[in-house]
Amino acid sequence: MAEATLETVPLDRARVLQWLQTYGVYAGVALLVVVNIVITPHFLTAENFRTQAVQVAPVIIVALGMALVIGTEGVDLSVGAVMALAASVTALYLGYGLLPALLVVAVFAAGIGLANGALVAFVGVQPIVATLALMVGGRGLALVLLPQLEDLRNPALASLGSGDVLGVPYLILIAAVLALLVAFVVRRTTFGRQLLAIGDSRPAAQLAGLPVRRVLIVVYVVCALLAAVAGVLATARLQASDPTSLGNLMELSAITAVVVGGTPLTGGRVNIAGTVAGAVLIQLLTATLIKHDLPPSWTQIAQAAVIVCAVYAARGRGKR
Amino acid sequence: MSATKTDAPPAATRGEGPAPAGEAVGAARSERVSALVQQHGALAVLVVVSVVASFSFDSFATGDNLGNMATSSAFLAIVALGMTFVIVTGGIDLSVGSLFALGGVLAAWGSRHGTLVALLLPLVVCGTVGVVNGLLVARSRLAPFIVTLAAMLGARGLMLALTDEGAETYLIGKGSFLAELGQGSTLGLGNPVWITLALFAAGAVVLRRTRFGQHVYAVGGNEDAAALMGVPVARTKVLVYTLSGVLAGLAGALNAAWLASGVTILGSGMELEAIAAVVIGGTLLTGGLGHVSGALVGVLLLKVIQNVINQIGSLDSSYQQVVSGAFLAVVVVAQTWLGRRRQLM
Amino acid sequence: MAPPAEVLAVRGLSKTFPGVRALDGVDLTLHAGEVHALIGENGAGKSTLIKLLTGVHRPDAGDIVFQGRDVSFATPLEAQKAGISTIYQEVNLIPLLSVARNLFLGREPRNRLGLLDLTRMHREAEETLGAYGVRVDVRRPLRRLGVGAQQMVALARAVASEARIVVMDEPTSSLEPREVETLFSVIRRLRDEGIAVVYVSHRLDELYAVCDTVTVLRDGRRVHHGRLADLDRLTLVSTMLGRELGEVRKEGLTKFTGDHHATGARPVLEATDLTVPHQLHGVSVSIRPGEVVGLGGLLGSGRTETAKALSGALATRSGRVVVAGVPLRPGSTPAAIRAGVSLLPEDRKSEGIVPGLSVRENISLAVLPRLSRFGLVSEARVDRIVDTFVERLRIKASSPHQKVGELSGGNQQKVLLARWLAMNPKVLLLDEPTRGIDVGAKAEVQKLVDELAADGLGVLLISSDLEELIEGSDRVVVLKDGAVVGELTGDEVTEDRLMRSIAGHAPAGDTVREAADG
Repeated sequence: MAEATLETVPLDRARVLQWLQTYGVYAGVALLVVVNIVITPHFLTAENFRTQAVQVAPVIIVALGMALVIGTEGVDLSVGAVMALAASVTALYLGYGLLPALLVVAVFAAGIGLANGALVAFVGVQPIVATLALMVGGRGLALVLLPQLEDLRNPALASLGSGDVLGVPYLILIAAVLALLVAFVVRRTTFGRQLLAIGDSRPAAQLAGLPVRRVLIVVYVVCALLAAVAGVLATARLQASDPTSLGNLMELSAITAVVVGGTPLTGGRVNIAGTVAGAVLIQLLTATLIKHDLPPSWTQIAQAAVIVCAVYAARGRGKR
Repeated sequence: MSATKTDAPPAATRGEGPAPAGEAVGAARSERVSALVQQHGALAVLVVVSVVASFSFDSFATGDNLGNMATSSAFLAIVALGMTFVIVTGGIDLSVGSLFALGGVLAAWGSRHGTLVALLLPLVVCGTVGVVNGLLVARSRLAPFIVTLAAMLGARGLMLALTDEGAETYLIGKGSFLAELGQGSTLGLGNPVWITLALFAAGAVVLRRTRFGQHVYAVGGNEDAAALMGVPVARTKVLVYTLSGVLAGLAGALNAAWLASGVTILGSGMELEAIAAVVIGGTLLTGGLGHVSGALVGVLLLKVIQNVINQIGSLDSSYQQVVSGAFLAVVVVAQTWLGRRRQLM
Repeated sequence: MAPPAEVLAVRGLSKTFPGVRALDGVDLTLHAGEVHALIGENGAGKSTLIKLLTGVHRPDAGDIVFQGRDVSFATPLEAQKAGISTIYQEVNLIPLLSVARNLFLGREPRNRLGLLDLTRMHREAEETLGAYGVRVDVRRPLRRLGVGAQQMVALARAVASEARIVVMDEPTSSLEPREVETLFSVIRRLRDEGIAVVYVSHRLDELYAVCDTVTVLRDGRRVHHGRLADLDRLTLVSTMLGRELGEVRKEGLTKFTGDHHATGARPVLEATDLTVPHQLHGVSVSIRPGEVVGLGGLLGSGRTETAKALSGALATRSGRVVVAGVPLRPGSTPAAIRAGVSLLPEDRKSEGIVPGLSVRENISLAVLPRLSRFGLVSEARVDRIVDTFVERLRIKASSPHQKVGELSGGNQQKVLLARWLAMNPKVLLLDEPTRGIDVGAKAEVQKLVDELAADGLGVLLISSDLEELIEGSDRVVVLKDGAVVGELTGDEVTEDRLMRSIAGHAPAGDTVREAADG
């Protein structure tokens, strides 16, 4: 009954929903900025923008990988665990220098991504369960390698976390470069188009002879690598490796950013600009509530409401 | 397998697939083995691990240790019971961890207004969140995982708002009925264990012996066919999410009673433990197949592994997560393969 | 004996879907205890009629009078409760639930506590199914039964819910011959109990074995109805396909030139003995360069399955496919495509187009790796290819960036053709290339197929449109029940011969051969 009435609603409503899905996130960001300019003192300062951007950078990086996975009609719950793993592996191998440590981190992350991808593409396990297993196991492995918080004293790592170029922190630069890179991959490479085709219609992609399994595996590996980058950067900023709490609930923030940014959970479309804006939106929302002494509990409730609205607006689109 | 052959009269349709007789016998046998492994594999592993552990560690098979394990398993088991219903319908409920924490806080807060309030408040509030989950999944047809994800955030926010951002811990007075319910014991077993066993018995009856249980299986097995066969699909879904919310709230309340306070930092990650336990116990994540006893076995297995790792002593407790994760991966791979083999035959 | 009561009277039923008049003033009458065959080719309106009767869709015009009352069902469940049950070819039960629980879902016997009375349920299930000749352990999950037994459970369920009409939609498509026999005896029993059966099938033998009366639909209209026994097979086929017997057309309605192509060369594709359980039984086909080979046969005869097996989309149990002298790895689409075999699938919407991507992206989808360097797409080369094919195939889209899902069927089909032509294939497998597309686009596609063959491509053509098949093909291989039953070459490629071959008539002197020659 509900379905029948929905199909016959006037076009206006469908159009409003479609507009909301595509541009709602930018409108939301703009609205929050305007509201903050009016009500928040010292909002329009370089220092404030810097702080906000540095805080949101890791979320953006993780969300980029998540957007690719969601574009294939999947989801990756293990990103937070990969961040923690990256943190503890960095701590363990930092003695050999930053670069070797980063290489080992990449190997571990790729291993997790490969396991996720193999479970999804070859065994045919649902993405949510496959990555759940790696989420539990990955966080455990991170804690086994490094049971508690450890302070890191490495000048190279420290400058990665807090250094800047012309006043722009490395963190922001890296996030921006990665966002551009991922957007480029989605738009301009064979891989990007194959990814979208697989997410949109897997049977058609298969019959068109696309390397479906290979693409899926690469997507999960890339997602894990991006999460590892975020983990290393967060560790560098903290100047400490904290596998117990680093990346906790990160999968939620990333999925929220992607969904709010207009990428449908049904796959076949990836909106990178929207994903970045989605992460910024959540960050601004949190910051606004905190600045005005509203407790974190409000932030979570507000975030929940934003997710439901975003998914509701995206409902029924994407697949058609 | 010869039974099937001799039973069949010449003109009758044979029960087995259309493969030639000899092949069918072999196929059916290996299919039975597959089904057996899928349904009772976890139980076998549980028995083996327990036996090995009781020979390896003197302190494992002691009454105290087993009793502690049983009590600490009880709360997760209650959550996993609700999760079983949801997963059998082909859904998932990520909000139970937050609801568990919320339930605990509500029970402790409510205990100042009497036992009845302390018990009813968590059930009503968590049940309401479950109803909302169910309505969004069943009526608005949103993906269960994203709906319950939002509910997870929302419920945690609500819990934090109630406790001055987690700073305030409400206590449950000693000697109250609630405290007795959580901390007391009957016939040598903690009260939460008895409550859990009673709930599982009731859950088993509901799932296997009532029309509602039939509907749960039917919705998970083939939603379209179920609707055609007259099953109230939307109502069934709303009910399972409600049940899951109520049970998570109850588990939280009992846990608070056990700890004598509404601890705010609990419950995070519990949804994953519950899902892992249900899946390890042989319930298919795609829905339509599963049993509450599997959830119980899954929970016990997770807790025994945890206990064994603690007993080894030299091993950090985080190994438990590695083992659980690996175990979950092995189980889903095995399930998928077994399922596919059975499909092919 | 009193004349059997009229159970259903349908008058002037019409239904229009966007752009298609699916059903146009159709009448249908059913009496108690009548087994009624409903036949017609694809798009004739059979499934629309069934969907209107069973409450899936609602009619635009016309009445349905069921047991003397005017009815209008909002849902299939409503129709079922009123007494019209449908048995689909894909059994619509709960596969993981036990047989007994499936049988009794929604009306389980309960004891005094309100709990299910399992003992009684199992006993009654055994009794009920026993009456249908199904002796199985009713506690086992339904999916462990064979398809035939599952269908019996669905039937028993329908009858137990007091159905007055049972609609069977291709019930035998995945049954073994012996299971078909059992089904027939059950149908005869239903008839004796006064239940009316609507039987949809393309297997002529079955129709004649079990049906009393027949309605033939074509292009949404009823073109014949009456007693089946009064209609011989050949007339039945010609009525269904809309062709007069012995009619030979000099001037075709299709855009095929009718010229037969040069066919001297060695086969570019040679398939031998392809077998897929339940679907293909040792099918052999060969295609020479520049030759259009038609696959004839009714729906369900294995035409689509043959095309899928050739393109690696359907794993074969045995048999081999050799392309240009090199054997193909079975069950691998990429391998087939690399070897130069491309399939235009029958189900364009779900297996062909990627609806959310643009015309440009759809055309370049398969050829993309060849247009890329180091994984980077050369947009200029993509544009060149896309422009070439948009122009050559006259694809009408607002721009190459329009989503394919928004195009008309004909243009979607052209996009798919462009996708494969961009790959320079050796063999094109076309499964119903002109179905559901408008007349203009149809003519263009037909013309294109002709040109491609003239350029030396091997083409396999599947079409339910007899005219298209006859005029487009140099040679027609006829399939029936998943096996090759004949082959027509040269002057034999006529509608008359084809229909005889499909109907299973091989008049003396006719050179219908076993298709083993190369």
